[in-house]
Amino acid sequence: MKTLNGRAWKFGDMVTTDHICPGRYFHLRTNLPELAKHTLEDARADYAKNVKPGDIVVAGRNFGMGSSREHAPVVIKVSGASAVVAKSFARIFYRNAVNIGLPVVICDTSRIEDGDELSIDLETGKLIDMTKKFEIKFAPMPAAMMGILSEGGLVPYIQKHGDLKI
Amino acid sequence: MSEKILGQKAGREVSAGEIVVTEVDYVFAHDASGPLTLDQLKTLNISKPAHPDRTILILDHAVPSPNSTISNNQARLRKWAKETGSRFSEAGEGICHQVMAENYASPGQVVLGTDSHTVTAGALGAFATGMGATDIAVAIGLGKTWLRVPESIKIEVEGALQPGVYAKDVILTAIGKLGVEGANYKALEFVGETISKMRIDERLTLSNMAVEAGAKVGLISSDATTKKYLESRGRGKNFQQIAPDKNAEYEREMTIEAENVEPTVAFPDNVDNVKPVSEAAGLEMQQVFIGSCTNGRLQDLQIAAKILKGKHVSPNIRLIVTPASRETLILAMQDGTIEALVQAGASVTPPGCGVCFGALGGVPADGERILTTTNRNFLGRTGNPNAGTYLASPATAAATALKGALTDPRRLA
Repeated sequence: MKTLNGRAWKFGDMVTTDHICPGRYFHLRTNLPELAKHTLEDARADYAKNVKPGDIVVAGRNFGMGSSREHAPVVIKVSGASAVVAKSFARIFYRNAVNIGLPVVICDTSRIEDGDELSIDLETGKLIDMTKKFEIKFAPMPAAMMGILSEGGLVPYIQKHGDLKI
Repeated sequence: MSEKILGQKAGREVSAGEIVVTEVDYVFAHDASGPLTLDQLKTLNISKPAHPDRTILILDHAVPSPNSTISNNQARLRKWAKETGSRFSEAGEGICHQVMAENYASPGQVVLGTDSHTVTAGALGAFATGMGATDIAVAIGLGKTWLRVPESIKIEVEGALQPGVYAKDVILTAIGKLGVEGANYKALEFVGETISKMRIDERLTLSNMAVEAGAKVGLISSDATTKKYLESRGRGKNFQQIAPDKNAEYEREMTIEAENVEPTVAFPDNVDNVKPVSEAAGLEMQQVFIGSCTNGRLQDLQIAAKILKGKHVSPNIRLIVTPASRETLILAMQDGTIEALVQAGASVTPPGCGVCFGALGGVPADGERILTTTNRNFLGRTGNPNAGTYLASPATAAATALKGALTDPRRLA
């Protein structure tokens, strides 16, 4: 998997699936490009307007708390972000992100500030803050999930393996 | 109990932390995530479920449909169910979790759905958990899923609840102690005398909110009450006893003395932001909602009707009531519950997810406060990020509707 490079968009703790993909846009759930225009709207209204391809969502604890709506990681991916980095993730969001091929990284994000240029190597487990010149090592994803993510998500995984061989 | 259920499925002993691939007994998708689920099945080139009779499509999120886009999505799910011979629950039949409890879930089963509150069926002793559209597409297509066997947290509730205090207050109190991430990746097990004495209606309320502490499942032992419930639903033969071993290992244990539990309210914007109603009494509300997969069952509506019968809600309050299923609505009509609520000023809407998730009616205005019997109070949850959502029991909701401000139901004369 190649190195991911992009600008950090900093968020706080407990960003919910309602912050990421508000229920009031329910009617847009089958129109992903339109739905993605509201990505993270209730956390930072400037995100969806200004996010550039490759940018990285950086957050605190329990990112993605709440609903099982897969649209939450989907809109982050469609918005152009290349990864989400957080101190911790809510369980369902984390699994959904891997399933749709959105890289998710768990590490201490305290020192990363909004706008920092980041570089992430998923294989070696290294995040470099190019702006502040420091490096954070992170534990690799559990093998079962890395197997799915490295195929690009659960659908390509099943297409390749024909079965769940976890 | 998780190890027992998943071990039984795997045909071997399993322990916490291990990953198992397991057969799925029931898998459902609803109209909020069903279209994406069918898209993924199409990409996988799977045209039929592995087990159509164990696959259920349920229309509950937008009932009745407010626009052509949603109608077209619902029509697609309806058509797919018919073509594949899958089971189908039409809009108005009920909220998916109530439909699963009434018609499908049984002890020892693995139940999956495209909704985080799928954990509700844990009240019947099922390993029930919510997943995203892709996982559900794979479960429908292959008839199986993979799960990490969770560690367990024991919530023991002993003694008798005070009059005016209910299961909702117990679970809000427990989440207040656990925190919204306190059970992330774990199984919650509700045990103790108070739980044993609870009816299935109340147990479903407890399990429903396990996910609000991050839990993967919220399990309750199956017992004589479960057996009787299943028999009344024509599923008596599905009964099996699932209970924790005497020496079961828990990662954490918490005891709640039932008599100390107070009517509890969760303030915006997180479910663990709880306090006793008595400490915040008098806070003005503009709307009250009684319904949802958490608290839209017959007993919930009866509790509210008992408080409101022969009276009228405050002129400052809009009261919306949504029964969890058509069956609930019929029973509540037959026993006079609905009439009492409507006479008291309630607007009754068709069975469905309704006001809970902010996509269909009952959206509060800027600066308003809404007290609901639902399970989430996240920013914007009820459709307007400039309003505040407060969670409480049906009794607190009814008392609050009557007074126009947050009211402890024990304080009503």
